[in-house]
Order: sequence, then C-alpha cells, then structure tokens
Amino acid sequence: MSLRIKKVFQNNSKKLATFTTGGDPDIQTSIKIIETIISNKTDIIEIGMPFSDPMADGPTIQLSSNRSINNGTNLNDIFSITNQIRKINNEIPIILMGYYNVIYYFGVKKFVDECKKNGVDGLIIVDLQPEEDAELFNELKKNSISLIRLITPTTNESRLKLILNNASGFLYYVTITGITGQHSANLKELEKSIKSIKIHSNLPVMAGFGIKDANDVKEICSIADGAVVGSSIVNIIEKNLNSKDKMLKSIDVFTKNLKLGTKI
Amino acid sequence: MQYKNSYKQLPNEKGYFGQFGGRYVSETLMPLILEVEKEYNIIKEDKKFQSDLKYYLDTYVGRPSPLFFAERITENLGGPKIYFKRDELNHTGAHKINNCMGQILLAKKMGKKRIIAETGAGQHGVATATVCALFGLPCIIYMGEKDIKRQSPNVFRMKLLGAEIRSVSTGSKSLKDAMNEALRDWVTNVRDTFYIIGTAAGPHPYPAMVRDFQSIIGKEVREQIIKAENKLPNLLMACIGGGSNALGLFHEFLDDKEIEMIAVEAAGHGLGSGKHAASLTGGKPGILHGNKTYLLQSDNGQIEEAHSISAGLDYPGIGPEHSYLFEEKRVSYMYATDNEAIDAFQYCCKHEGIIPALEPSHALAVLIKIAKNYNKDNIVVMNMCGRGDKDIFTVADELNIKI
Repeated sequence: MSLRIKKVFQNNSKKLATFTTGGDPDIQTSIKIIETIISNKTDIIEIGMPFSDPMADGPTIQLSSNRSINNGTNLNDIFSITNQIRKINNEIPIILMGYYNVIYYFGVKKFVDECKKNGVDGLIIVDLQPEEDAELFNELKKNSISLIRLITPTTNESRLKLILNNASGFLYYVTITGITGQHSANLKELEKSIKSIKIHSNLPVMAGFGIKDANDVKEICSIADGAVVGSSIVNIIEKNLNSKDKMLKSIDVFTKNLKLGTKI
Repeated sequence: MQYKNSYKQLPNEKGYFGQFGGRYVSETLMPLILEVEKEYNIIKEDKKFQSDLKYYLDTYVGRPSPLFFAERITENLGGPKIYFKRDELNHTGAHKINNCMGQILLAKKMGKKRIIAETGAGQHGVATATVCALFGLPCIIYMGEKDIKRQSPNVFRMKLLGAEIRSVSTGSKSLKDAMNEALRDWVTNVRDTFYIIGTAAGPHPYPAMVRDFQSIIGKEVREQIIKAENKLPNLLMACIGGGSNALGLFHEFLDDKEIEMIAVEAAGHGLGSGKHAASLTGGKPGILHGNKTYLLQSDNGQIEEAHSISAGLDYPGIGPEHSYLFEEKRVSYMYATDNEAIDAFQYCCKHEGIIPALEPSHALAVLIKIAKNYNKDNIVVMNMCGRGDKDIFTVADELNIKI
C-alpha cells in the first residue's frame, strides 16, 4: 500500500479527509482550494475526476462535475493538479475519486502510470466492486497504490469478506444508503457496522456521505477513524463562483473549523 | 444448425457477453442485484411463475401478437415477402409490457413494495405504470424534461394509471439522465424498491432477464412463420435504442446460421452531424449504467448526448449483448436518419393502414432501401414494436402541420 497512507494513520488521532472536484471552478482555483484545505491540516485529500454521469452523487457534486467538464478538464489536468500539490506537500495522501469509464477510456495501465508519476496514493472508484476490479487492482498493486474499497449499510457478511480480501490503505464506509450530500448518517447503524468491520480487518475506517459540518465530523469521529466531507465544501464553491477571494476565504474558515471536529 | 457453441448460452455466470456486460454499480446496490439474479434464476425454472406469466401475457397483454403479411408494401417494394410482427397491438401499444409483466411478478415474489422505472418515449413508463396499477404497487417514473414535452400523451397516460412522474432536468434531459436519476433513487431506497429496467441493458442479470422476457416475440414468430410459409424467414429486422425489441425477435434465431439479422440504429441528423444515437456505428466501448458496452463518448471518456427524433432511441448506449453480436458480426447494424424515419412512418400509414411508432419506422426505412437486394422467394420479418399514436405531435411538427 501507499506509504503516505500508512504514515498518516500511524498515530491514533482522528482523521479528516476532504473532497473537491478537480478543475472546479477552474484548474488554478481548484489547486488554490486544495492548498487552502491542506494549510488547515486536513489529513487526506480526495480529488474528484469529473464524469458526465455521476450516479452516486447528489445535485451539488453533479453540478460541480459539470462545471469542471464544461471547462474542459480531462485526466491530464487532474494529474497536473496532483503534480502541483506534490510540489508544495510531499506527505499528504492524495486519493483520486470517480467513475470507471473515464479511466477505462484513458487506458488502465497508462492511468496507473500517471498516478505513480504524479504522486497519487489511492483510488476510490464508485462503480467498481471487487467482482470487476481485477484489471485495475493488479496494475495498482504493482505500483503500491491503494484501491480504497467501499463498504455500505447493505454490505453483508459474505460481501464484507470479499471486499476486505485485497483491501489496502483504508476502508471507506458509506454511512447511508443513498447519494452524496443528502441525508445524515444513522449513528447507531454506523456504530454497529464499524464494529463488525473491525472484527475482520485492522484497516482504518473513514466514513463519508452526508457529513456536513464540524459537529457531524465530531459525531462521526467518535465512532470511525475519521470523516470525509465533500458536498459542503463543493457547495461553498458553487455559492461563490463570482468571487474567488470570497470562495477561498470561506473554504479556509470552513475547513479550519472541520478540523476542530476531529479533536475529540 | 448450431455454431460458435451457441450464441444462446450467453451471458456467462458473471454476466458477460464476450467482453461486454458485467456489473458496474455502487456497492450499496450489489447485494440487491445479486439477490435479483438469484431470484431470477429460480423463477426461470419455476413452473408456477412461468404459468402465471403466461396467464397475464395471454389474457391481459393479448399475446400472441399477430404476424401480418404486409402485402401492399411487399408489392410496392417488389422485393421479398414482408411480414410485420405486430407487437404494437399489445396492451399499452408496444413490446415493453412483455418485460414489465415478467419483472413485476418477480418484484412481487421478492416482496418489494415500491416500483421505479426510467422512460424515454414513455412506452416503458406506461407499461410499468400499467402493471403497477394491475398489481396495486406504487410507481415512480423518471423521465427527462425534454421527453416529457415531446411525449405528452404518454405522460398523461402514466398519470391516469396512478404513477408519479419525476421530471429530470440534468444533462441531456432525456433517457440517459432519467436512468441516472432512477439509479440514484434505487440506491437511496434499495431495501424496499424494485427497479424495472426497460431495455436489455444495466447490471447483470438485467440484460439477460429483459431479453428472456422479450424473447417470446421470436418464439411466436418461429411458430407463426412456419404456419404461414412452412419455412423460416431469411431476414429479421428491428430498430435498436437499448435493443430489447431486437433481441426479443432475434434471440430465438441466433443459432439459425442461415438467418440474416439487421438492427437499425437512429442516425438523427446524420452520423457526420454529431447529432445521432448510433452507439455501435459511432461509439466506443465504455462503462455506463452498470454495464460495459458501446457508448457515445468524448475523447475524455465523458458520455455524449444522443439525438434522435424518436425518444425511445435517444440513448447514447446499447445493451451489452448487441455490442457482442456487433463485434461477432452475427447481426448487421445499420442506421436511419430522422428524415428517413419520418418518410417510412408516412409510407407505412398510407400503404398498410398501420401508424407505426417512430422507433420501428427506423427499421422500416432501412428495409425500404434494401428490399431490392432480396428476391421474391425471400421472407423478411420486421418487428413492429410500437404504435405511433404517441408520435403524431412530433411528426406533425416535423411536417409543419398544426393539429
């Protein structure tokens, strides 16, 4: 697995991961947003590879993906973003998140080579489960890049074993049955699920979907090893499209506060 | 005659037709989709289920649909004997209900309490709303904003049948985006909801299941044509959007090597215009809506908007079995433009007194062009998969006629 991911989870503190779509609202601002987030001690950066048909995403991330695509963002741009981030920070794990078609079209081997070259530590591919991920997984493994597996409230015991087999880096627990940016997590169910995951695996479990603010982060962090926040940040981008200064300032304040949620 | 170890044995246990198909969905949906597969494998062999299905197909849908000798068109084109498989005479006016009836019985058997579906032309939406009314299940139909406008009669029919229509205003505002929204609903309501997919696409087992429910079309044709002509047809033809009516007709005959098959994609304003829905002729393999198949996409792997005057063909993908049959060259894939379809639509009305849907008008458009290549002893069966009542406003618009 990626050394950066291993390192970030070496201590027991709760972790904050943030998601923004690469290239939203444009490449340069997207880089500045991520730099701002990193300056607030976020532990893991997730960068969305925009896709025209993001089936697991709610309206906020759909719109964000569209903005990025309309600006012409392609995978080479995403790699130029990760490359820039690596120039300012060589420690923080960078995870690319998206849908398989974009990778398949680009070419799996070429894609993984670019990940390696541009400092990517892991991938989360929403529509690629263990039944279908062999080709990508094998390439990633050769390059010590983690394929972060998703576990959801509907995952049963037998699927859990299948998912954990070959899992590396960390596990991503989807707190709800649903899409991003909508309902809040059911904490009782989350607690139960995480307990059962921990019986079978030593990997850290990050929880995401429906985690909106510092208070949510705090609640999630009392149960999971960390929280992922996406739509709320993307929403700030959407609300401030006419003023990038205000956008960056708001994201600065918001993520500083999010990080406080991890101190439990 | 059997060959290539039989085309009829596919997909394999992982849901693949050659390199196409599979299951590309979020983890949340995986357990349910595996459950659908398990239950589907049971009902396939279950005599009670199959006899229930047959009962409703016979008494409610009106099967078997007739095989009609289109004598005037045959004479006018001066080529082969042309037969229409008249699935447009089914209850609700298209082949879609064959599949809906099968899936609703499965949904009931699985104890699901809520039905969702996507629709383009509205035929699948109407068929789904119909079977939901028949069995008293709540029904939610996702439909693109653009399609709601151009298929208003079907929208009203669905409402009369008690369905809730949810307008989809993202992306191209048509079938592709309706399917995205239906999938988002499904992932949110996964425990109590059954998704009745309308075409032979989506995650395994849907492509196989929809095809199987539709394959009654070809099975009937085999009996009917033997009775009428005492021999099998030389050529089978159908239009394709997702491809369920074409597979419905073709599947029974895939291993009859001597039978030629032509499926007709929608070429919209023409393949060169960039405004078309010909996923095989103009697309590349990719992954969307749960399966690997040919898709219209940009150089960055973004899915492109399709265009067709026919809402039912206006989809940038195609069922995975067609992608396979295309690469295997078992089926020839041709195309017809919007204008050619409109011409064929009018031709059919005037020559046979049948108002066809714009979808099969595409198949007819190609048949009109190629009829001269066949001799009078040849037999062609074309699937008249839908009726055109829903399309009269679109056609009037195209012809600049105010009604």
